[in-house]
Amino acid sequence: MLQLIARRILETIPVLVLVATITFFMMKAVPGGPLDTEKNIPQEIKVQIEAFYGLDQPLWKQYASYMGNLLRGDLGPSFKHANRSVNELIAAALPVSLELGGIALCVALLVGIPFGIAAAVRQNTWIDYLASTTAMAGICLPTFVMGPLLVLVFALHFEQFNASGWDFARDRVLPALTLGLVYAGYIARLTRGGMLEVLNQDFIRTARAKGASETRVVFRHALRGGLLPVVSFLGPAIAGILTGSFVIETIFNIPGLGRHFVTSVFNRDATLTIGTALFYAALVVALNLAADIAQAMLNPKQRAN
Amino acid sequence: MALLEVDDLRTSFHTRNGVVRAVDGVSFCIDRGETLGIVGESGSGKSVTCLSLLGLVPQPPGRIEGAGAVLEGIDLLRCPQEVLRGIRGRRVAMIFQDPMTSLNPYMTIEEQLMEPLLIHEKIGRAAAARMALQALQEVGVPEAERRIRSYPHQFSGGMRQRVMIAMALIGKPDLLIADEPTTALDVTVQAQILDLIAQQQRQRGVAVIFISHDLSVVAGFCDRVMVMYAGRVVETANTRAIFREPKHPYTRALQRSRPAMQAKGAELYVIPGLPPDLSRPVPGCAFAPRCEFAVADCGRTEMRLQDVGASQASACLRVQRGELTLQ
Amino acid sequence: MPVTASASPALAADAVEPGRSLWQDAWARLCRNRMAVIGGVVLIVLTALSLFGPLFLAYSYEEQNLALGAAPPSAAHLLGTDKLGRDQLARLLFGGRVSLLVGLAATSVSLTIGVLWGSIAGYAGGRLDAVMMRIVDILYALPFTIFVILLMTVFGRNFILLFVAIGAVEWLTMARIVRGQVLALKRQEFIEAAVALGLRKRRIVLRHVVPNVLGPVMVYTTLTIPAVMLLEAFLSFLGLGVQPPMSSWGLLIKEGAEQMEEAPWLLIYPAAVFAATLFSLNFLGDGLRDALDVRASKD
Repeated sequence: MLQLIARRILETIPVLVLVATITFFMMKAVPGGPLDTEKNIPQEIKVQIEAFYGLDQPLWKQYASYMGNLLRGDLGPSFKHANRSVNELIAAALPVSLELGGIALCVALLVGIPFGIAAAVRQNTWIDYLASTTAMAGICLPTFVMGPLLVLVFALHFEQFNASGWDFARDRVLPALTLGLVYAGYIARLTRGGMLEVLNQDFIRTARAKGASETRVVFRHALRGGLLPVVSFLGPAIAGILTGSFVIETIFNIPGLGRHFVTSVFNRDATLTIGTALFYAALVVALNLAADIAQAMLNPKQRAN
Repeated sequence: MALLEVDDLRTSFHTRNGVVRAVDGVSFCIDRGETLGIVGESGSGKSVTCLSLLGLVPQPPGRIEGAGAVLEGIDLLRCPQEVLRGIRGRRVAMIFQDPMTSLNPYMTIEEQLMEPLLIHEKIGRAAAARMALQALQEVGVPEAERRIRSYPHQFSGGMRQRVMIAMALIGKPDLLIADEPTTALDVTVQAQILDLIAQQQRQRGVAVIFISHDLSVVAGFCDRVMVMYAGRVVETANTRAIFREPKHPYTRALQRSRPAMQAKGAELYVIPGLPPDLSRPVPGCAFAPRCEFAVADCGRTEMRLQDVGASQASACLRVQRGELTLQ
Repeated sequence: MPVTASASPALAADAVEPGRSLWQDAWARLCRNRMAVIGGVVLIVLTALSLFGPLFLAYSYEEQNLALGAAPPSAAHLLGTDKLGRDQLARLLFGGRVSLLVGLAATSVSLTIGVLWGSIAGYAGGRLDAVMMRIVDILYALPFTIFVILLMTVFGRNFILLFVAIGAVEWLTMARIVRGQVLALKRQEFIEAAVALGLRKRRIVLRHVVPNVLGPVMVYTTLTIPAVMLLEAFLSFLGLGVQPPMSSWGLLIKEGAEQMEEAPWLLIYPAAVFAATLFSLNFLGDGLRDALDVRASKD
């Protein structure tokens, strides 16, 4: 097990290097930079700004020094947000995104799994059709459709929530719901499929032959195997929630990492873009690893290896 | 009074291709401590019969009907679900053919052994764990203490079947149903498992229904044998009688099919024809199309089990009429 | 008097039950799946409307009528107009063409790459397989969406680039599925049997390997199209995808979301049509999967 973890961590380093490099050169290919303002800046100041950002160096040197800084955990100064480093900006925005993502994930699991179990246990009844169709609706309504629709209904029509902002606890509800319900749909379907497969297996018949009640059969015997597809989906789900947060934070005007990323791309704020992209990549990789470990632990056969 | 009396059990499956009569009017009884063998080909309905008794057939698409299946006063076909669940694993236990797929791969052996106790008795986990260990030792699993927390995939096939037996007997049932428990095992292991079941049967005095497609296996073990074909019982008798004087052409054909019975170098005996399509029931005797002794009446008269000798019953029309003697 | 059992009589030709190939069986199963059939029908209708509808309309998708502004549905404009006075129905139908085109094109890209990659890896086996799949694993870990966003930003809003980029995101899973199938097939006994019978390799591949790989590939393709369309809509929403005056459903949804308060019809219709398309594709894909999975036959 420890071997697995160590090996995976080692493998992620080249991935992160790859991400940083690709992003770096992409941003360099884009015209624009910290000097993109309408004001006419006198030449000496221009030179100073360029020196500050290292833009006067040859490309390979810029790359080398950037990577060097990375190793020390320094993501550099932001091109657009004067006097603030990327590290600072990320540190401020990260908790917001994590909170949003975390609540969304909880919503996805707490709604998706019970729906899936209900659909499997009552296969082909109206409960199944209702749950499956609702799950499908979650999948087919993208976040940027669900979000505005929820806002239309609950914020504008019923006036229960704010249409944007992150200041109050209530503001968490609509964004997290929007993000979470989509994944609840996927999780419901996976749970249903997994449970159905497990419930058809012989050892379920054995459990019934021992006198186990249906509740016991479903929760003590079937659930463990039935949830395996969900656990292996957790990795992509988390990645999806993170990328989904770009849109959600944009729609709901939430000061999170996603919004920074989107605006930095448009603003040609190279360091901020690379910094956030890198951060996301690292987060996704770490969470994928955690999901893999969880999966291995749930399956006794894999644990032995 | 008999421990279990089954009267006219009928189980059918409603599929796209029609209604399959897997069990078509089966009646038998078994006494306390008695061993009954149920023999037949695949598709004869022997497994479904026993699964129907415990209500383990999914309904739909299955439907279990019958006059009754009375276990010392309780009709298993009509009692409420909680009563039936109370009987499963406690008064009637069942072991299955493939121990790998029949054990939960995600639970430890200990947990699975403890389960019948936790469900049916009001005892604590510690006590149940102790009894589980004892049960595992009784079925001859070496180093039981060390291995009880393992998972099924860490055991060999024979060991897993021992676990199944331990699990079935831990609730001290009155009746054990063994559904082809040795079919999926190596030949060398088969004998060990049979010995184990026989030993447990003697020690505990539990009644056993032993399902098999192999007459010889059943012969060494059971007091009485019931032969099934196409969902119906064609003959029941005590073991000696069934081998000495089979009273049904199918039983005789089964015996003759054993490779051991053939002369060395001779062609293997094969029952001509194919098993019938259970969704298209034929009038009269189901075996008639393949029977070398069939006459016109066999295809017309309804088959019924009838006593034809001392504790021997046959459904063969001609045997009942005394026209036929088999050797 | 013993009667000898008669041999089975030869049946009259018409009494022999016609056999059903696996495909016919699957088709029959698919047709019985109500939701899949509904999905298929809806899909066909929407595609037909998008392809041929604009020919019958009075307005084109780019005709502006600034005086009108954003107007609710009326007799003249069945679905209303947007703030530049463009007819929503026309934009919706034209957007359908674009979205469907992008969906199909991008899916073809990922299909091609994925099938090639997976087949080679699966068939070659050994080190080549290990290396190729390692690459897939590593790429899986990358947040592709981020790259696509960067790509679109850097290289401008090029239409062709759009579906290459989207297609490049989705090929990974297809590669895995194809490889899995090829591997399983290699081990199957009927392949060995075919070889033992002396069939030539090409015949084996064509008549035995391809039909078996085709099933999951078809299923996954049907499920990739909605994922691709979602990605396109996502990009358009961020302003990186299809650009006005062209329209796609994603773009229409974005504009609708922006003007939700004043002109809800601008959001509702595109959203409904988009969702309906995704629904249909998903149900169809599910139905295909259930129909083709031999092991899942419930009777």
